[in-house]
Amino acid sequence: MKALFQKELMSYFYSPVAYVFIIIFLLATVGSTFFLGRFFEANQASLEAFFLFHPWLYLFLIPAVGMGLWAEERSQGTIELLFTLPIGLAQAVIAKFLAAWAFIALALFLTFPMVLTVYFLGNPDGGVILASYLGSLLMAGAYLSITLVISSLTRNQVIAFVVSVMICFLLVLLGWGVLTDFLEPWLGVIVTETISGFSFSTHYNSITRGVIDSRSLVFFLSIMIGGLVINAMILEAKKAQ
Amino acid sequence: MIKVEELRKEFAGLVAVDSICFEVAQGEVLAFLGPNGAGKSTTMKMLAGFLTPTSGQAWIKGKEVSAEPLAVKQLIGYLPESSPSYKNLTVKEFLGFIAKARGLFAKELQTHLLRVMEQTGLTEVQNKTIGTLSKGYRQRVGFAQALVHDPPILILDEPTDGLDPNQKQEMRKLIRSMAPQKAVILSTHNLEEMEAVCNRAIVIHQGRIVFNGTPLELLQKSRHHNEIRITFEGAVPPELVEKLNSLPEVAEVRIVQGSILILRPQGGENLLAAVNHLLFDYHAHLLELYLEKGKLDEVFREITLGESP
Repeated sequence: MKALFQKELMSYFYSPVAYVFIIIFLLATVGSTFFLGRFFEANQASLEAFFLFHPWLYLFLIPAVGMGLWAEERSQGTIELLFTLPIGLAQAVIAKFLAAWAFIALALFLTFPMVLTVYFLGNPDGGVILASYLGSLLMAGAYLSITLVISSLTRNQVIAFVVSVMICFLLVLLGWGVLTDFLEPWLGVIVTETISGFSFSTHYNSITRGVIDSRSLVFFLSIMIGGLVINAMILEAKKAQ
Repeated sequence: MIKVEELRKEFAGLVAVDSICFEVAQGEVLAFLGPNGAGKSTTMKMLAGFLTPTSGQAWIKGKEVSAEPLAVKQLIGYLPESSPSYKNLTVKEFLGFIAKARGLFAKELQTHLLRVMEQTGLTEVQNKTIGTLSKGYRQRVGFAQALVHDPPILILDEPTDGLDPNQKQEMRKLIRSMAPQKAVILSTHNLEEMEAVCNRAIVIHQGRIVFNGTPLELLQKSRHHNEIRITFEGAVPPELVEKLNSLPEVAEVRIVQGSILILRPQGGENLLAAVNHLLFDYHAHLLELYLEKGKLDEVFREITLGESP
């Protein structure tokens, strides 16, 4: 399992993909903070503007990282090689997930100059920043888990990407203020809240406010674990196709 | 080493492998022959632990493939058809990954890597990315990958596919040299290859075993087995034809193009001694004398299509 984890993680760096991804990741996260989030105009020593856009950026960035993980194995035929090595199915799924997640964590870690900037400019709440990073990483894991499920269903990376983006988009949208405001008069508060309870953004936003609610942790972890279990089941059923 | 009992695989109601049984002992090199879609690859995939059998059992060194999948996979070196590999890795990285996944570490890993790259002639391309290599080299990478942990069982799906004649020769030599310590199953479309490398052959057709025996026994099924073909300088002497026809062991004497005599023996017997004796009496001038071992292509067609050409 360790061997597979290492190989998967290193694979990103053997091709220019890793570097391109990290650069785009940094440009997108930092760029959105300054241009869309009006970081300076807000005149606050907080990273709220930085974390605000993560659900939207991850919509494209995470499926790009995960789309090939199984689709590529299938189209190259290496899936046959992988599953005739003495690696269990569960181990293979977990190793791949962790490798991709670690790669995203690295990209996220490289945004640390933002943290330094706010500390230089003022006196931010360190707890909130830490919680926000945790929330962002958990959300990335949930996106990734969904992408892996879709990737295991197809041998085409592009399809894996597009479908993953659509599903994640739906899950972000469910908690989007504009949508919930629209639905509330029609469906009532309880139904609307239930719907938005399934949304990435609802849980993510509460964490980035510094409130680490156990429900939010459970939400993200269960999406991740659930995704991995479904992933393994799909692979078992469709290995040969 | 390998024992297969009533192994069966169905895909969505379609029977790919229909309750086959066979055994392979140490030192044996078994050829799987059969048309495309006959069930050769499916059988190999079940043995290698990639596909789960619908029913039946297979034991690798006493371990059942479905009951102890990881232990069985450790004992097998498997080369999948068309030799897939991670094309963005270099040869060395790829083989290193396989070796680590197979539980080899540090010094042991290095020794095995060097050995296997030496054996398969990959040493000089070890730092090249697999994606940039030619098909022949990629096939060797696939083979190296199957050998890296020096497994007692080798399962090779079309190992010489895509190689040039020299590389094929090398590959066969390598398989032969390793055979005494291992049990090997390989699938092939090349009947010459079967003769050159294997000491047993199984013909699979529509998921069933239709022949299981030595390559020689397979050849003996040919109508042309031990046929003698003589090219004379000038016309075939008619007296000789008469004499040959009178021999009880001779089934048929034919003359082609005036100077070529073809003699088919009764029941596939080798009549070379008797024929040689007669030729000596006639002081005939020969240009060519050929003893046909049998035409595998024809046997193969006969077995799998149920008709002779």
